Amino acid sequence: MGFILISLIVLIGFTSYFLGSLRAKKLRTSNQKNLTSLNHYYGYYVALWAVVPALLILLMITSFKSFFIEQYVLSDFIALGSYTETELSLLFTQIENTALGIKLFDENTILIDDAVNKLNYINKTIENLTYVTVLGLSGLLVLYSLININYKLNSRKIVEKFLLVLYFTCSLVAIMTTVGIIFSLLYETLRFFSQVPITDFLFGLNWSPQRVFVREAGDLDTRDLANAFGAVPLFAGTFLIALIAMCVSVPVGLFTAIYMAEYASPKVRDWAKPIIEILAGIPTVVYGFFAALTVAPLVRDIGQGAGLTVSSESALAAGFVMGIMIIPFISSLSDDVIKSVPQSLREGSYAMGATKRETIVKVLLPAALPGIVGSFLLAVSRAIGETMIVVMAAGLNAKLTANPLDAATTITTQIVVILIGDQEFDSPKTQSAFALGLTLFVVTLALNFIALQVVKKYTERYD
Amino acid sequence: MTDRIEQRINSLNKRLNSEKRFRIYCIGAMSFALAWVLILFLNIFSSGYSAFYRTVIQVNVPFVNLIEDISQFSEMSSEDINKLSMYSFSKKTIYGLFPDIEEKKDKKMLIRIFSIEFEQEIREFLKSNKSNINETETIYLTASDDVDQVNKGNYPRDLDEDKRRIKDIQLLFFDDLVDRGLVSYEFNLPFLMRGDSREPELAGVGGSIVGSLFTIMVVLILSFPIGIFAAIYLEEFAPRNRVTDFIEININNLAAVPSIVFGLLGLGIILNTFGLPRSTPLVGGIVLSLMTLPTIIIATRASLRAVPPSIREGALAVGATKMQAVMHHVVPVAMPGALTGTIIGLAQALGETAPLLLIGMVAFVVDVPQTPLDASASLPVQVYLWSESAERGYVEKTSATIMMLLGFLILMNLAAVLIRRKFETKW
Amino acid sequence: MKNIKIKADNLNVHYGDKQALFDVSMYMEEKQVTALIGPSGCGKSTFIRCLNRMNDVIDICKVQGKIEIDGNDIYAPSMQVEQLRERVGMVFQKPNPFPKTIFENVAYGPRIHGIAENKSDLEEIVVNSLKKAALFDEVKDRLNDAGTGLSGGQQQRLCIARAISVNPDIILMDEPCSALDPIATARIEELMGELKTEYTIIIVTHSMQQAARVSSRTGFFHLGKLVEVDKTETIFSNPSDQRTQDYITGRFG
Repeated sequence: MGFILISLIVLIGFTSYFLGSLRAKKLRTSNQKNLTSLNHYYGYYVALWAVVPALLILLMITSFKSFFIEQYVLSDFIALGSYTETELSLLFTQIENTALGIKLFDENTILIDDAVNKLNYINKTIENLTYVTVLGLSGLLVLYSLININYKLNSRKIVEKFLLVLYFTCSLVAIMTTVGIIFSLLYETLRFFSQVPITDFLFGLNWSPQRVFVREAGDLDTRDLANAFGAVPLFAGTFLIALIAMCVSVPVGLFTAIYMAEYASPKVRDWAKPIIEILAGIPTVVYGFFAALTVAPLVRDIGQGAGLTVSSESALAAGFVMGIMIIPFISSLSDDVIKSVPQSLREGSYAMGATKRETIVKVLLPAALPGIVGSFLLAVSRAIGETMIVVMAAGLNAKLTANPLDAATTITTQIVVILIGDQEFDSPKTQSAFALGLTLFVVTLALNFIALQVVKKYTERYD
Repeated sequence: MTDRIEQRINSLNKRLNSEKRFRIYCIGAMSFALAWVLILFLNIFSSGYSAFYRTVIQVNVPFVNLIEDISQFSEMSSEDINKLSMYSFSKKTIYGLFPDIEEKKDKKMLIRIFSIEFEQEIREFLKSNKSNINETETIYLTASDDVDQVNKGNYPRDLDEDKRRIKDIQLLFFDDLVDRGLVSYEFNLPFLMRGDSREPELAGVGGSIVGSLFTIMVVLILSFPIGIFAAIYLEEFAPRNRVTDFIEININNLAAVPSIVFGLLGLGIILNTFGLPRSTPLVGGIVLSLMTLPTIIIATRASLRAVPPSIREGALAVGATKMQAVMHHVVPVAMPGALTGTIIGLAQALGETAPLLLIGMVAFVVDVPQTPLDASASLPVQVYLWSESAERGYVEKTSATIMMLLGFLILMNLAAVLIRRKFETKW
Repeated sequence: MKNIKIKADNLNVHYGDKQALFDVSMYMEEKQVTALIGPSGCGKSTFIRCLNRMNDVIDICKVQGKIEIDGNDIYAPSMQVEQLRERVGMVFQKPNPFPKTIFENVAYGPRIHGIAENKSDLEEIVVNSLKKAALFDEVKDRLNDAGTGLSGGQQQRLCIARAISVNPDIILMDEPCSALDPIATARIEELMGELKTEYTIIIVTHSMQQAARVSSRTGFFHLGKLVEVDKTETIFSNPSDQRTQDYITGRFG
């Protein structure tokens, strides 16, 4: 239905453009008087009236109809009051399938039959209603706008105003996205904290949401929930792996940056920098695969050779590979910052007889420090938010450990693990994933904000 | 006196040595970084290239034993052929390779050398050639995953028999077939065209390629216009006030949010509130568009800013409105930069996995999706799914998928650089 | 005395808190060249940009007073600024052709104002404008080449052709030759002599010699005030104000 309707609307749009321009042309020649705008603007004027309201109505109907359909079809069941939200949506899917002819029940109850009839009826009704409303509205508006064309109508102004509003609305999408993120995270998180106290979450030491079974609605024992959603092992795991990653990327990234900025010839810098930046462009799932398949077994073999117990999915493997991925974040940003320190500082140092190393370590790095620290913070933020490497190479076992040779799990891994199966939306298990997501969102945003502030506040202005 | 001078010379030497060491650390660091790029690519390539080939075994199929009058086949429809019972016929055909074996156990092992779909393959051959079928036809049947790996030399043949999946007798059969010249190695076209499968030898990336394609199309259709329009507004028309500042802050923030959060957004709002179908490229595309939007907006704004104000003034002086000046003169010139930014954004979206996992594009999809509203997976998701499987055959396929993914990414980035070089105006 | 085309009355212009023009009143005659001279920063560019309301583009610019063209107040709310600029064209200090073909540069104005009825009409307008700007002979074989590929002097004549293409009454020139070499400058001055038979020209110039060469009336600006305006010969041989005398003898500026 959607495609046919949209094609029709587009067709109406083209026709009305033609009609509008034609009318403008006629007005112009019939009285030899000038119109305020060129003919094609009148065409666009009519076309916009024909197309835009129709599309908006269509969009609204499509977005919200599923909600109303479900409510209507399930009204009898809802009235019974004995079904949970999850059971209701399951029921709805079954009714949909039954309507398609798939035999799910040996014998349909009266309620089910009624519901199937209701579904068919409401689908047909909405479809007819949509056609009538959208096309009728479009047609009426075409007539209205055609009649409206006269000498005083400044269609160019109207069309340009429309464009401006359109552009403005597009720029609002960014805000709407942020609002959407905060809303969806907050909503589920609050529902979560209504069942699991926030102190348990932030300070509890035991994370095992798989243990929580959803029984009959309302029968959840609070004792089951306690001690199952302590996120400290996750925080620890995230921190551990990020730390390992930074241990790899900071020295490598920084020294690479120093080399590219101060020692390398421009030719070397020209090809080395893009190649290293390739590391940032490789999809993280590739790193995850590499970590799981090559690095983790290698770490395990080396460890066992040295007599240590290494689990097959170690924090070390995941952290190491993540570190490699983050190198360009530090090296490219630091390289830019070091290069932007004015030549006069370098010359002052060399003039005193300092070696290159001394100049770099004692003069340039301190001057570039805010930018470098900023790049560290951004890299940490990236490490914390990284998902695929840890999902594929670190563990799913939420053990609180500081040993890099152990398996560890992170916030992001758990989000994926919890949500990748079938989810029921009222279980605390699913909601906990959103709570984790909110934590992640807040922490990364805070890190980025601090990074920006650090750079802004402490960067020297040299002119 | 000489003590002092010696001391000074010593300390100078120390400083110079320190300088040399430092330089070595720096070069070492950069080489380390460069080496890992190389290692990654080599590792992936070496484990993946073999997936583009597969092992097939030549078998003579006497169709005359199925129906004596073979001309009857040309009159049958596909459904009729589907209804034919061919299982024992197919098995007997395979037994025909080694007519002397008698033990049921050994016969079972022989069948297992072939892919589990051997009957279906014979059937498909019959369907496509029913109009001119001979009494006996030579068909190339797909070998099983284990045999395929043995043929590629990936399989540890010298392990104890109970530690491996392929049995000694199967190895005997295989070696004999090789000696008879019936085992060949061909380009693995089905890999590129088929959807996923439980059997590694039959699994293909066709489904994921199409899934990725649909997803990227959705991202392009949504994020390109919205991104360009938003950038035009912010750069050319927006007044300097708090609303504008707020919008800009939001855009910069969104660029830094981890991708998994967008997956949660998709799950929470797009699936729940709007009830769009799960696991589809449509929803995946919508989520990824939100992620790509900041990249496009930031790149386009930079291009718009690079257009000198004198162009705008020239247009205004001729009597153009602001909108006309912007749309007719500024935007066309800024287009190459905007396109470059878009392509780079699309490349990032192509490689994203986590948000798609959350909105359910992990479907085990056997059929290649036909529309953006069919459930499907994408290339990176396919990599994730296959990496979770134990069979050796999936490893090479995963690496091969990664090779293709990287190939697409390299192409896209090259295109972006070329566009930038060719069309950018120097002021 | 010729007809008065433009009349400015008590014009005061502020950029934010800073005042740039103080109570400027002067008239400019039809189909004559009027020159505006004065040291840097004296407000002559600000003044000329008021005449086609280009100052509207700058948010913090406030214009008070009256400017009448052919008796119509150009700052009246009923005045459509796009139509004003159709009648008052402008050529800028640094040539700014559009990054389009030579043909398109000149055709843009007529296109958006709907002046041409059909394609051949448009071509005629473009050719005529290029001829009047003394550029046609040099570019007639390459109308589809990029406008930005021309030399500096040619680009400026292209901008003049562009300004002419919408058939204005008045052409404003803001230091049109300051980015050009002497030969190109001479060509443009020669052009001005031809153009003034059809158009009213106001030119801002740094060069007193140029003002003396091309204009019939000259206004001298200093620190935002119009110090003196009179016939060009009078200004340069017998000015009434001491500041004018100091300026033209090179005492300052």
